[in-house]
Amino acid sequence: MENLSQASTVETVTCPFCGLLCDDLSVDRDSSGNLNVIENGCAKSITFFGRPVVTPSPRIAGKPVELKAAIAKAAEILGAAKQPLFSGLGTEVYGMRAVMNLAESTNATLDHMNSNGFMRNIQVVQNSGWLITTLTEVKNRMDLLVIVGTDIVSIFPRFFEREVWNKETMYGQDTSKREIVYLGGRDLDTSAGISPDGRKPEVLPCDMDKLPDVVSALRAIVLGKKLHATEVAGIAVADLEKLAQRMKAAKYSVTTWAAGTLAFPQAELTVQNVTELVKVLNKDTRAAGLPLGGIEGDMNANQVCTWISGYPMRTSYARSFPEHDSYHFSTDRQLSSNEADALFWVSSFNPDRTPPATNIPTVVFAHAQMKLEKEPEVFIPVGLPGADHRGIAFRSDNVVSLPLQQLRNSTLPTLAEVFSAIELTITNSALVASEDK
Amino acid sequence: MLIKLTGGKVYDPAHGIDGKIMDIYILDGRIAEKPRDDARIDKEYNLTGQIVMAGAIDMHTHIGGGKVNIARTLLPEDHRMDPVAHTALMRAGCGHVVPSTLTTGYRYAEMGYTAGFEPAVLPMNARQGHLEMGDIPIIDKGGYVMLGNDDLFLRMLAAKKDQNAINDYVAWTMDAAQAIGVKVVNAGGINAFKFNQRMLDLDENNVNYNVTPREVLKTLSRAMYELGVAHPLHVHGQNLGVPGNIITTLNTMAGVEGYPLHLTHIQFHSYGTEGDRKFSSGAAQIAEAINKYPNVSVDVGQIMFGQTVTASGDSMSQHRNSGLATPNKWVCMDIECDNGCGVVPFKYRDQNFVNALQWAIGLEIFLLVEDPWRIFLTTDHPNGAPFTSYPHLIKLLMDKTYRKEVFASINLDAQALSTLASIDREYSLYEIAIMTRAGAAKLVGLHDRGHLGVGGAADITVYSEHADQEIMFAKPAYVFKDGELVVKDGNIVKVTWGGTHVVKPDFDRSIEKEISKYFDSFHTMKMEHSKVSKGEIEGDGRGKLLVHEAKGRREKTA
Ligand code: SF4
Ligand SMILES: [Zn+2]
Repeated sequence: MENLSQASTVETVTCPFCGLLCDDLSVDRDSSGNLNVIENGCAKSITFFGRPVVTPSPRIAGKPVELKAAIAKAAEILGAAKQPLFSGLGTEVYGMRAVMNLAESTNATLDHMNSNGFMRNIQVVQNSGWLITTLTEVKNRMDLLVIVGTDIVSIFPRFFEREVWNKETMYGQDTSKREIVYLGGRDLDTSAGISPDGRKPEVLPCDMDKLPDVVSALRAIVLGKKLHATEVAGIAVADLEKLAQRMKAAKYSVTTWAAGTLAFPQAELTVQNVTELVKVLNKDTRAAGLPLGGIEGDMNANQVCTWISGYPMRTSYARSFPEHDSYHFSTDRQLSSNEADALFWVSSFNPDRTPPATNIPTVVFAHAQMKLEKEPEVFIPVGLPGADHRGIAFRSDNVVSLPLQQLRNSTLPTLAEVFSAIELTITNSALVASEDK
Repeated sequence: MLIKLTGGKVYDPAHGIDGKIMDIYILDGRIAEKPRDDARIDKEYNLTGQIVMAGAIDMHTHIGGGKVNIARTLLPEDHRMDPVAHTALMRAGCGHVVPSTLTTGYRYAEMGYTAGFEPAVLPMNARQGHLEMGDIPIIDKGGYVMLGNDDLFLRMLAAKKDQNAINDYVAWTMDAAQAIGVKVVNAGGINAFKFNQRMLDLDENNVNYNVTPREVLKTLSRAMYELGVAHPLHVHGQNLGVPGNIITTLNTMAGVEGYPLHLTHIQFHSYGTEGDRKFSSGAAQIAEAINKYPNVSVDVGQIMFGQTVTASGDSMSQHRNSGLATPNKWVCMDIECDNGCGVVPFKYRDQNFVNALQWAIGLEIFLLVEDPWRIFLTTDHPNGAPFTSYPHLIKLLMDKTYRKEVFASINLDAQALSTLASIDREYSLYEIAIMTRAGAAKLVGLHDRGHLGVGGAADITVYSEHADQEIMFAKPAYVFKDGELVVKDGNIVKVTWGGTHVVKPDFDRSIEKEISKYFDSFHTMKMEHSKVSKGEIEGDGRGKLLVHEAKGRREKTA
C-alpha cells in the first residue's frame, strides 16, 4: 500500500470535475496533501485539484463542534421535519447510495443542483426516447460533429483534444478531416473546433432564444420539407439545407448539446427536435446524439436514484413510496411553495455551489472550502471524492463509470459515512421511542 | 445453528430424488448429514404435506446494468401503477416490468428464487451492472459478459489470431468484468449496425472486418470449452424476431462443430414463413433439432400477454423493431466500440395474430423438447414478460386443461397455425425442479446450488401443495437462503445479502500489455480502470465473490 502522507507523484488519476472523467492525469502531492496537476490537466482540473488542503471543523450555528454533535443535530433537524428536501447532491456513487437510504427512511424529496438542465433530457427520454452514443464511438467513428448551442470547451475543456482531434482511430480515419459545425449561440469560443491542419469549423450563430426556431427548421428540412422563409433567426435557409445534406451524407454524424446551457423556456422541445432529427437520419445512414452532462455528480445522482427508486431525480419518498414529478419536486418549487421544511444540501466537488437562500433549517454537507453567506444550522465539511477518498463516478455518456482514487490522507469524513451515521442515529432513536411505548 | 426440515416431500433431481419423504438438516448455512441422535436441534420445521426443492435459479434475467436503468427511466408510468412502500423490514421501490433493484430482490425471494443471472454485462458497463446487482438483496447474482461485437475481438478474428490468444483475451475479459459466462448477441451484428448494415445472417460478412457470425460463434464456443468454463457460450442469435429466422437458428445449432452452445430466448428465433401472413411456428423443427444435438441447450423466452419492455444489447434488431414500440418511445445506443443496446416497450396482445402465435410457439417448444436438463424456464425478463409471471407460466406447463382453455381464447388465426391444442404433455414437479433448479445450476456451473445434497448451500424453497400450481409457486411457505429463513408464507421475514458467482479461468497475464496499449490508443479510459475489482463487490460488507472452478482444457486442442 502506498503511503498517502508522503510527497509523491500519482499517475493515471481520474478527474471527477467534468463528465469526461479523464483518467490520464498525473498529480503531484506534497507532504501536507496539497495536489498539483502536472500532466494532462486543464484549467478546470488544475483549479479543482489545486485547492489547498483545509480541514475546518463541523459547526452548529457557526460554532465549531465535534462531528458526532453535528451528526446528532442534523438527525434532530431531520427528525423534526415533515417534508425534508435533499438537494445539491454533488457526490459520487457510494455517497449517493447513502443519500438514497436516508431519504427512503425519512420520507425525503430528492433533487440535484443541475436538474433544471438535466430534466430537459429526462423529459425527452420519458416522452419519445432517443438514439445516442458514447465517447469512444465519437473518438473512433464520428465524421461530422454538429454542436448545438454550446462551445463544449467551457464545460468539457479537453473534449476536442481527447475525442475529436485524437491521432489514431480504430478504423484508420484521418481525424483532421472531421467536419465541425457550431449551430446557434453567440460569441462562442470556436477555436477548439479548428482542425490540426488549420481548417476552420463552420459557425452558424444565432441568439440562444432563437435556437428553437433554428433547430425545428433543420428538423423539417431533414424530414424533406421545403421551407418558404429564406432565413431563420439570421441563418440562411440555404445554409441549413446544406447542413442537412451533410448530415445525410455523413457515415456517422454526431449531434451534441448540453442541456444545462439551453436556458430558455421549454428547452426540452428543442432537445426533442434534435433527438427526433437524429432518429430520422438513421432511416438511411448512421447518426447519433450525444447529450453532454456529468457536472457535480448529476449522472451519479440520477443513475443511483433510478436503480434504487425506479425514477430519476425529482423523486420523493414523502408518502413512503417513491413518486416522481419533474415540476413538483424541483428544489425551487419545494422551497417557494414552503412544502420543504428542512434542507440538506450536498456539494462535495465544488465549494462554489452554495445552497439556495431559504429560511428553513439547513444542513450543509460540503467541500471543506465552501464559504457561506448565511451560516446554516449545521455545516459538515466532507471529503472530496477522488482526492480525499475513493468512489465511483459516471461519465457524461451515462454508460461508463470509473473508479475515483484516494490521493491523500484526510481527516474529513466521506459523505456516505456521514449520511449513514445520521440514518443510524434516527433508526436507533426510533427504536428507543418504540420501546418506551 | 442446526435446523431440521422434517417430513417434506423432496424433489432433488441432481440426486434422482423424485418426491420422496425425507428430513433435511441445515448446519451453518449448508445442508448437513443427519446428526447423531443426541445432537440438539435448534429449530425444527414440520413440513408434512409440503414440497421441498432447492431454491430456484433464473439463468437469464435482465436485472442490472445500463439498459435496465434506461428501461426504468423510459417507463415512469409503469412504475406508478406498482408502488412499493417502506416497511419495517423492506425499503421502498417500485415493481412491474422493470422493478427497482431492491424490489427485484424481494420479489424474486418471495417466489422462492435464490439466484438470478444478468445475461448482458457489457465489458464497458460491467461496473454499473455489479453496482445495480449489489443493491439487489437476498438472492445471489452473476453475469455473462458480452463479447463478439467488440472491436478488439473482431480485429483478432480478422487477423486470424490463434485460438490461444483469443482464449486469453476472453478469460481476461471475464476476469475484468467479474463474469461467470460469456454471451454473444447478434454475433458481429451490433458492430455491423454501426457501419449501417441492417441485417447480418450467419454466413454474411461484417463489412468492416470480413468475418461472419458463424466464425464468431465457433471461436467463442471453443474458447469457453477450452478455458473450462462450465457455462456454454450463451448465444442470442442472428435475426431476432424475423419471420423465417428458423433457418438461421437451425444452422447455428449445427454450426459450432459440437462445442456446447446455449441458445437463449429461442422462442424469438423459431419463426417460419408459412401461411397467408408469412409468419408461422417453427417450434416442431427447433425442438427436433434440440432433441438431436446433445451439445445444445436453450431457454425459451416465453412471452405473456400484457405490457412489458424489451431491453437488449441487440441494437440492430431493436432499431429494426422500434416502429412497434408501445408506448411509442424507444432508446438505442452505440456503446464504446464494444457493444450497443436497444430498449423498446412492447405490449403483447392475445388477439394480435403475431403475439398470440409467439405465445403458442414458446409453449410448443417447452412441450416438444424432451430433455428438461437442456431447456430452461425464462421469459427473458422483461423482454417476454416480467419475471413475476413465472408461476403462471409453470401452471401453463403443468396443467393441460388450463393451457388448452387459454389457447382457445387467443387469436383464431394463430390457433389455426399452432399444434398446441394437440399436445398433451404436462410437466411434472420433478421436471420443473430440473428446469428451474438442478439443470440451471449445472448449466451455469454452480456446484453447490440447485440441489439438496450434503455440503450444498442451504438455498431451499418449501411450497404448500395446491391443485392450482400458479398459487402454489407464487407464495412459498418457506424460503431459506444460505440456511436463513428469509420468506414465510410468501412474505419476506428477513433481508439478507447474497453473493456474486464468478469463474476465474487461467490466462496468460502478459496479454495485458497488448490490451493496455490498445486501450491507450483507441479507448477513452485506461485498461486498469475498466476492471471491476473484488473490493468494489465486497467493499460495502454486503457483497461476496463466490468463485467456481474452471479447469482449463486448453492442452487438448492447442
Ligand atoms: S476535461 Fe474535465 S475530466 Fe478532463 S481534466 Fe478537465 S475537468 Fe477533468
Ligand atoms: Zn435476454
